[in-house]
Amino acid sequence: MHDLSEALGTAAWLILSLDRDLIEIVSLSLRVSLTAVAVAALIGLPIAGALALSRFFGRTVVLSGLNALMGLPPVVVGLFLYLMFSRSGPLGALGLLFTPTAMIAAQVLLIVPIIAALGRQVIEDLWADLGEQLRSFGARRRQAIGTLLWEGRLALLTVVLAGFGRASAEVGAVMIVGGNIDHVTRVMTTAIALETSKGNLSLAMGLGLVLMTLSLIVNGGAFVLQNAARRRSGG
Amino acid sequence: MTAPPSILPLVLDGLVFAVAGRPLIKSITCRLERGPRTVILGPNGAGKSLLLRLCHGLLTPTAGTVSWAGAAAGGRDAISRAQAMVFQRPVMLRRSVAANIAYPLALRGLGRRDRRHRIAEALEVSGLKRFSDSWARVLSVGEQQKLALARAWALAPQILFLDEPTASLDPAATAKVEEIILAIDARGTKIVMTTHDLHQARRLGDEVVFLHRGRLVERAPADQFFASPQTEEAAAFLAGRLSTKRLKRGSP
Amino acid sequence: MTVRNLIGLVAVALAITAATPAAGAADRYITLASTTSTDNSGLFDAILPRFEAATGIAVRVVAVGTGQALRLAERGDADVLFVHHRPSEEAFVAAGYGVERFDIMYNDFVIVGPTADPAGIVGLGDAAAALRRIAAAGALFASRGDDSGTHKKERSLWQAAGIDPAAHSGAWYRETGSGMGATLNTAAALDAYALTDRGTWISFNNKAGLALQVEGDPRLFNQYGVILVNPARHPHVKAADGQALIDWLRSAAGQAAIGEFRIAGERLFTPNAAD
Repeated sequence: MHDLSEALGTAAWLILSLDRDLIEIVSLSLRVSLTAVAVAALIGLPIAGALALSRFFGRTVVLSGLNALMGLPPVVVGLFLYLMFSRSGPLGALGLLFTPTAMIAAQVLLIVPIIAALGRQVIEDLWADLGEQLRSFGARRRQAIGTLLWEGRLALLTVVLAGFGRASAEVGAVMIVGGNIDHVTRVMTTAIALETSKGNLSLAMGLGLVLMTLSLIVNGGAFVLQNAARRRSGG
Repeated sequence: MTAPPSILPLVLDGLVFAVAGRPLIKSITCRLERGPRTVILGPNGAGKSLLLRLCHGLLTPTAGTVSWAGAAAGGRDAISRAQAMVFQRPVMLRRSVAANIAYPLALRGLGRRDRRHRIAEALEVSGLKRFSDSWARVLSVGEQQKLALARAWALAPQILFLDEPTASLDPAATAKVEEIILAIDARGTKIVMTTHDLHQARRLGDEVVFLHRGRLVERAPADQFFASPQTEEAAAFLAGRLSTKRLKRGSP
Repeated sequence: MTVRNLIGLVAVALAITAATPAAGAADRYITLASTTSTDNSGLFDAILPRFEAATGIAVRVVAVGTGQALRLAERGDADVLFVHHRPSEEAFVAAGYGVERFDIMYNDFVIVGPTADPAGIVGLGDAAAALRRIAAAGALFASRGDDSGTHKKERSLWQAAGIDPAAHSGAWYRETGSGMGATLNTAAALDAYALTDRGTWISFNNKAGLALQVEGDPRLFNQYGVILVNPARHPHVKAADGQALIDWLRSAAGQAAIGEFRIAGERLFTPNAAD
C-alpha cells in the first residue's frame, strides 16, 4: 500500500510540476501513437470496407487470419521491423532504425489488423442496414465503402480508439526498433520499463499512472464527443 | 405529346428466383408499360417484395431474364439511373434531411446548383422544408418515409418501385405519402408498388398484378380486378380468405 | 473517425511536440551501443553532456545486454560499441566488425544476497567458493540468463567453482532472461543471491532485503572497452565522430569525468585508459 501511495504522489508531482522530461516523453508518445493510429486508420479502414463488402473464395480464411493478427506479439513485430530497418537489413539504407518513424511503423503494423478486423464487423452490420438502398442509388463499391465509413464514423471511432489503446500501451516493439534513446525515442512505456529496471518502482508506477490518465483523457474525450454526436444525429 | 425516350417497357421472361433450391418466384413472364400505376397484390409470402427487387436489380434471377426494352435502355448505368426504390422501412443516412436528398444526386454526378434546386423542390413537395437541416434519423418514421419519397422525387426516375411504403405509418402520414406518390406519377414516372392495403390499392392502382405462391396468377385493370376477379385465388384473397394464412410448402 | 478528424488529431499532436524542446533533434549525432548496466548507473547522463559540449556531437545511447549490443554493432546499427566482456570484444575486432579495442574504465562485480544469508557467504573473498556454498545450500540464485556481459562473467565463475548451474535451472537456479535491474528486482522479491556489477548495485533503488556480500576477488574485475564499428564493413558508420568519442573517453578530460562520477559519495567506475 505504501508503494502505491508513493506512486500516486510521484504521478501527481510529475504532472503538477510539469516535469520537462515528462512533457517531452508524453508528447513523443502522443506523436508516435497518434500518427500510427492515423496511418493505420487510413490503411485499415479501407481494408475493413473492402472485406465487409466482398465475397470471395477463401474469405473466411482471410478473416480468421486477420483476427489472429490482432493478437500479434509486439516483440515479434519489433524484431521483424528491426531486421528490416537494420543497416544490414533490406531497408537499412533508409537509416530509420532507432527513430520515431520506426516506432510509428511498428505500431502501424500492430494496429492495422485491429482496425481492419473490428472495422470490418462494424461496416458489415451497416451494409446489412444500408446495402439495398445504396445499391438502389447506384453506388459503386468504392462509393459505397466511402459512404459506409462515414455513416459508421461513431462506431469506427471506438475501433480506432482500440487501436490507439494498443499502440500507446505496447512496449516490446518500440523498445526494439526505437532503442529507448533518451530525448529521441523514449516514450511512456519504454520509460516505465527503464525505471522498473533501475528499481525506481514508484517512479515507474507514477509514469504508469500518467499513461493511464492520458489514455483516460483521450478515451473520455472521444466518448463525450461520440455521445453528443449520437444524441444530435439520432444514432 | 411525345414522351421523352424511356427505358420502359420492363420485360420479365420466365423469371425464377430460388433460395437454397427452393423456388420463391416461379417462372413469371410479363411486360410493364409506361403509364399506368401498377399495384402488386398477394398474400404474405407470395413473392411481391422479391419481384420488386428482381425488377430493380437488387437480386439476380436464378433463371429467366429482366430486361428493359425501351429506346433509352443503354448500358447498366443508364438503366440503373432511370430507376429508384422506396423500401418499407425508410433507410436514412446519418446526416441532415437535405443531405439525404443530396446524396444520391451527388452519386449521379449532378452539379451543386442542380442539386440545390432539386432538393428545394423535393422538400416542398414532401412538406419537409422546415426539417431541411434536421438530422434525418431523429425524424419520426412517417417523416422519414416522406423523406424517402422526397429523395425519390429528386431523382426524377423513369420508374419508381415502392415496397409497402405505408405499412408502418399512421393515416395522416399515409395520406401524405400517397400524395407524393401521385405527384411523382404526375411527372411521368412509372409507379410499381406492393401493398397489403386493398383500399390503398384501389386508390392508387391503375392495374393490378396478383401473385400467389410465387406465380403471377392474374393481371387486370384495377377496376376490373376488384369488381370481378377472374381466378379463384384472387377472389379468395379479396374476400379475405387467403390474406394471412401460412401457405403449406410443396402444395401445388 | 474520419480523415478530417484524424488529420486534426495529428496536427494537434504535432503542435504539442513542436512546442516542446527537442533536445534530441541535433543533426550531428552518433549511436552508441552499450549495456543496460552502464546506462542504468547514470554514467552516460553524467559524462556525455560534457562530450557534447566539447565537440557538438550528440550521443544516442541504445542500452541493451552486451550480447545484443555486440550483435547490433555487427549489423552496423551503431557507430561505437561500449561493453564489458573482453573476450567477446576481441573476437568482434578479430572478425573485422570493429576497428580497434581500447580499455576505458573498470569496476567490479559483486555478489549480493538476502541479509539472512542462508548459504553463509558474507565476507568471503573467493567468489567461486561463495558460489559453491550457494549451490550446496540449494539457496536461490537469480541469473541474468541473457548472454550479457554479466551473464558471461557469472558462467565463468560457476565454471571456476566446478558447478553446472544449468542442471539446476528452475530449481534453485533461476534464469530471468532479462536486464540487470530486472534481475535484481527478481532477486529482491525472491530473497535470492545474484551477481551484479557494482555500478548497477549502487544506483539500484529497490534493494529491499538484499545486501552486498562478496567482493574483492580478482576474478570479479570488470573491464569496459570501447570499439569503433568498422566503416570498411559498414560505410554509413560515422567514423570521424565515433572516433572523436573514443578519443575523448581516453583523454584526460574524459577519464576525469568518469572518475568524478559518484553516487551517494561512492565512485562507480575507475578510469584506466592510460594503463
